[in-house]
Amino acid sequence: MTVLNALVRPGRTRTLAAFGLAAALLLLAPVVLSPFRLDLLAKFLCLAMVAVGIGLAWGRGGLLTLGQGVYFGLGAYLMAMHLKLADAGPGGVPDFMLLYGTGQVPGWWEPLRSPVSAILLILVVPAALAALLGWAVFTRRVRGAYFAILSQALAAAFAILLIGQQQTTGGTNGLNGFRAFFGYDLADPVNKQMLYLIAAGVLLVMVAVVRQLTVSRFGELLVAVRDQEDRVRFLGYDPAAVKVVAYVVAAVMAAVGGALFVPIVGIISPADVGVVPSIGFLIGVAIGGRATLLGPVLGSIAVSWAQTSISEQFPSGWIYFQGALFILVIAFLPGGLASVAGTLRRRPAVAGLSERSPA
Amino acid sequence: MRLRSTSPHGATRLSTVTLAALCVIALSACGARVDAGSPGASSSAESCVDTSGDTVKIGFLNSLSGTMAISEQTVHDSLQLAAQEINADGGVLGKQLEIVSEDGQSEPTVFAEKAGKLITSDCVAAVFGGWTSASRKAMLPVFEAQDSLLFYPVQYEGLESSPNIFYTGATTNQQIVPALDYLAEQGTKSLFLVGSDYVFPRTANKIINAYAEAHDIEIVGEEYAPLGHTDFSTIVNKVKSADADAVFNTLNGDSNVAFFKEYNNAGISAHDMPVVSVSIAEEEVGGIGVENIEGQLTAWNYYQTVDSPANSAFVEAFKAEYGEDRPTSDPMEAAYTSLYLWKAMVEKAESFDVDDVTAAADGVTFDAPEGEVVVNGDNHHIAKTALIGKIGADGLIHTEWSSQEPIEPDPFLEGYDWADGLS
Repeated sequence: MTVLNALVRPGRTRTLAAFGLAAALLLLAPVVLSPFRLDLLAKFLCLAMVAVGIGLAWGRGGLLTLGQGVYFGLGAYLMAMHLKLADAGPGGVPDFMLLYGTGQVPGWWEPLRSPVSAILLILVVPAALAALLGWAVFTRRVRGAYFAILSQALAAAFAILLIGQQQTTGGTNGLNGFRAFFGYDLADPVNKQMLYLIAAGVLLVMVAVVRQLTVSRFGELLVAVRDQEDRVRFLGYDPAAVKVVAYVVAAVMAAVGGALFVPIVGIISPADVGVVPSIGFLIGVAIGGRATLLGPVLGSIAVSWAQTSISEQFPSGWIYFQGALFILVIAFLPGGLASVAGTLRRRPAVAGLSERSPA
Repeated sequence: MRLRSTSPHGATRLSTVTLAALCVIALSACGARVDAGSPGASSSAESCVDTSGDTVKIGFLNSLSGTMAISEQTVHDSLQLAAQEINADGGVLGKQLEIVSEDGQSEPTVFAEKAGKLITSDCVAAVFGGWTSASRKAMLPVFEAQDSLLFYPVQYEGLESSPNIFYTGATTNQQIVPALDYLAEQGTKSLFLVGSDYVFPRTANKIINAYAEAHDIEIVGEEYAPLGHTDFSTIVNKVKSADADAVFNTLNGDSNVAFFKEYNNAGISAHDMPVVSVSIAEEEVGGIGVENIEGQLTAWNYYQTVDSPANSAFVEAFKAEYGEDRPTSDPMEAAYTSLYLWKAMVEKAESFDVDDVTAAADGVTFDAPEGEVVVNGDNHHIAKTALIGKIGADGLIHTEWSSQEPIEPDPFLEGYDWADGLS
């Protein structure tokens, strides 16, 4: 148990140092990277936000969230809808609705005209959905593979729903062609840099939040629920409530990642929110080390970066590299790359973790 | 478990300081604002295309992995063939073409990313590729913001015209409308519409409905299947009981295999109720199985069987390069043509600059395998001859009806009274 504690809660100085180093690297990036590469990094940071949430829910809470694409997509689509309405101007109709729809803005789009309510909805809608779903699922003690299948089915259903509603969601085309982000011209490289810095800042906040949560009493309970749910219940706690909180936090983080993804990448389509991208989010977390603080972030960024650079070198071969890396890590490093350091220093530590590695 | 109560004040303080610093930087780094409702501020980036050496870079962006790879690989192959031929013939303005290939991975987001990479990192003079409408829509803002050129080689649903895209596949009035004209000529009085659930079939069917209303054709059914759907027993049953004069099929990809097998199983023949397809080319016929689809109709602008010296040379060169068993199809031909058209535009402009090339585009012609094509400088589409074909027992498609001369592109169907209110 103390070994596990040491892994789950690394020393304060080490966390501080890692956090400071990450912040410094993120601040240095705009100086050394070309605008195109900086844009890519900003995109990777958005995906890493989803990974931070998964690190909490899966790494600490043992909730195998195979459907984070839903929350990522909700945040992204809500932001995209707002940007589309803002581009169209007051009372205007987004271009794709004129082409493929009725030429009328549907009622459920209207609340997104105001920037304030758009931001609120981006936070509230995914949180509410996750709370509702989590409450329904966890109080019925659905867990393990059943929860994973359920969350994945949700992602599939969400993508199909988006494709079917072409007049109001853009269908397979998704939403794209945004001109401005809250009034700032998206074609201006300076604004692109601003978006990168916002993404970097938000990601650091998320990492700090997860760190605070994991060292709190809640964090202890979450790990306890993962490892021995029944004992937690016998002690008088409600495991369902603990899981719901972790699930909601992960959902909100995914939604914020999605909301920032839209102005940075300039497009959101059902291909970014379905089953495959949902699994993609997990790969980075698993490779980086799901039970560590920075493992999910670094793993996610590394996998995205590798995917881009390998596909540039071998246009049709990157997918094999990704698969091979995933298999190697799962087979030989169940704790992820972050556990390599631990393996070198004290072998038993990893054995301890893999024995009780969550579902 | 040992509960620890050390509060991590150090971490909190450091995070606060870092975040405050980031906020300040982010706010001080704000750039230009736009007025809502004003047309896009085109802060067109300075082009980095390097034409000082003996080579010039161009980009090929096709899906080499994912669900679309099977189709887009063929387009990639024929682009490569065109580039080899042009290079062997002395290049463009005396410069050899240097190809940068990127994989779109069948995902619109990746298409947008790779387009940005080709333009700003590789500094290519033009990009050739894209297949699905979603991939084109994703790339369009990138090409417009960077003021670069995309050549898009696939028939599509129209209703688009970007100054930065040249569309070398058919728009609706060069494929769907002629197919309807043909059916009306044959005395078709009722139609059943079957399509995949995405933008092309939905838009195509909107046009078909408008046409039908104006031409006294009854639409007896309209059914959509999700992309990749393979269970067609329900839809085929509906088609059978509707007993229309013909079926208009806008299904895409694998769904066609399942649809035609089921259609055959239900005992409906091409003679009783012919199916006109707009997404089945020579490449797909093999996959569906000739026995399942023989005698059915297709609408395109090119078939491997087109009888012209330019086509014989193209088919022969393609087979010599990639193997005797490889057929050539409409999108492949349109891609091959697109590279030659770009070459002709550049040579007319005597410049690789995007503005010069665009200005020179109007009226540029190429003796393509499908026949002579002419670029329309206003809407950036090309005039093409429409061909209705019948699938033969040899697996090839044979021209059954032709519009005789190239049809001027009309992506917004402005020249058709019945299409009022569609766009």
